[in-house]
Amino acid sequence: MALFTLENVSVAYEKKNILEDFNLSIEKGQLVSLLGPSGCGKTTTLRLIAGFLEASNGKFIFQDKDYTKVPVNKRNFGFVFQNYALFPHLSIFDNIAYGLRLRKISKKEIEKRVLNMLEIVNLRGFEQRFPGELSGGQRQRVAIARALVIEPDILLFDEPLSNLDANLRVNMRVEIRRIQQELGITTVYVSHDQEECFSISDQVAIMNKGIIEQLSDPATIYKYPETKFVADFIGFKNFISFDKRIDHKDYIELEKAGLVFTIDRHEHMENLNKMIGAIRPDDFIMEQSTTAIPTNGMTGTIKITTFLGRSYQYVVQTALGDFTINKEMVQPFKNGQEVTVIIPKNQMVLVE
Amino acid sequence: MQEKHRGLALFTILVFIFLLGPLVIISITSFESGSILKFPPEEYSFRWYENIFKVEMFLITFKTSIIVSIAGNILALLLGVPAAYALSRFHFAGKGIINAIFVSPILIPGIVLGFSFLRYIVVTYNLPIYLSLFIGHTVIMLPFIIRVISSSLANFDFSIEEAALSLGATRIGTFFSVVLPNIKSGIIAAVMIAFLESFNNVDISVYMTGPGVSTFPIQMLLYVENYFDPTVAAISVLLMFLTAIFMFAVERLMGLSYFTKR
Repeated sequence: MALFTLENVSVAYEKKNILEDFNLSIEKGQLVSLLGPSGCGKTTTLRLIAGFLEASNGKFIFQDKDYTKVPVNKRNFGFVFQNYALFPHLSIFDNIAYGLRLRKISKKEIEKRVLNMLEIVNLRGFEQRFPGELSGGQRQRVAIARALVIEPDILLFDEPLSNLDANLRVNMRVEIRRIQQELGITTVYVSHDQEECFSISDQVAIMNKGIIEQLSDPATIYKYPETKFVADFIGFKNFISFDKRIDHKDYIELEKAGLVFTIDRHEHMENLNKMIGAIRPDDFIMEQSTTAIPTNGMTGTIKITTFLGRSYQYVVQTALGDFTINKEMVQPFKNGQEVTVIIPKNQMVLVE
Repeated sequence: MQEKHRGLALFTILVFIFLLGPLVIISITSFESGSILKFPPEEYSFRWYENIFKVEMFLITFKTSIIVSIAGNILALLLGVPAAYALSRFHFAGKGIINAIFVSPILIPGIVLGFSFLRYIVVTYNLPIYLSLFIGHTVIMLPFIIRVISSSLANFDFSIEEAALSLGATRIGTFFSVVLPNIKSGIIAAVMIAFLESFNNVDISVYMTGPGVSTFPIQMLLYVENYFDPTVAAISVLLMFLTAIFMFAVERLMGLSYFTKR
């Protein structure tokens, strides 16, 4: 059962709709990421859940209670900010104890819980320091400890790692996942970093222009994007808009400009509105030109060659438009060379 | 290169002489023992320092000035801190105009402002002199309070306020536990600047003082009009001395708190 639900929520800022009729439902104990380009409404959604923003329409249901009008300080949700937002005038101990002191908990209990939390985030011995004396990663762990110590019902992260350098980012996201699973706390995590979201989430919601394009587990999104936007966002660089689609028992026949392709049927492609084929640059087969065109093949000409290190990336001109194709090879194709491009029947997905 | 440095050094020395010269001269003349202000003095004594405490009006007006400045400062803080907070924190229609109105007492010549106070506070409403002074001084301090605190709020990261709210603090509680401690130095600076502005003020006070009630700078002015002895020079030295101690104390206090923060 869902822990909380956003029902037909709308948020407008300076007369511009950021969210309109937005729906989202999250289950207890899950880590759900909101992923999307800047301006897609992911941070707005998070701030709405936190209570920093008020919806002009719709409802926020938390544990079957209407929380729409409950102010932020009565919600008991933990929020971790992008810039950490630690209290600069308070020691690390006092920063973490802040929320507990407001809850009228005994001194002894506060001390016990703060020290325990410092243990969890690996910061024992830092209690008397001030935020200004800590590194970015340490500050972020204090921010997480401060949000967690109040035993929040939901933990909210707003791009928590974007101010850290690349190595630290990887360590911290593992840390966040570990803590989240250890405490079994329901978490909403906002980021624009695809790898970050995919690596730590139970569910990922890909957002675009104030709507959720797809909400699934990371592996499903990675393999079977539902829409062209999602496919593009997660790296399907090549798209073919087919004219005709015929569904057979085991395969789907697709036609464009007289060329016919067949691909395996799959439950994620049942929707007949899906007429766009999407394929990753790594998933083509490309060979030297042959006289006989094989199944799912077409002829093409190499237009641009770029060296990527491990492989070469080619822009190949075909009758269906230009494709971006990666291929590992010792002796690269030359610009202007004729090639045969084959779409393997289990590598292309259909999207809306 | 050498030439340039020598030129700069000379220029710096000139500026120092220009700034500090009058202070030095006043300090020296205050020790003159004769009854006419002269430089350099012929004979040295503390005679005029003693004289300050013999003129009763100096003591009375000093007390008046201190009371008016402190009371006005408190009221200006009570009005100015929320105003500065609202102006920095929120976006609303007419913000620019409101900001301009708050700063206007700085822009309007004191003589004009003083006259309008005379016209309304004293003539129309006939308020008691003490109350008029109190209101007038609050008005002259308010813009300084708002300006200085606004600029310290400009560097304030309001997301820490949201952090406090999300941890369960009320809006008011957040202001006192999170906002206020972080703009403390701005508030102390604002109080100091406003206090000096109010304590030294002549042009506005002069309209509102009346029979029997006067402020310290006005009393000094009156004294100079009637006597040309070095008493006023002696007062100046004492005031400089007091200000220096005051500044030193604040510096030490602020310095220490700053030290513990980092």
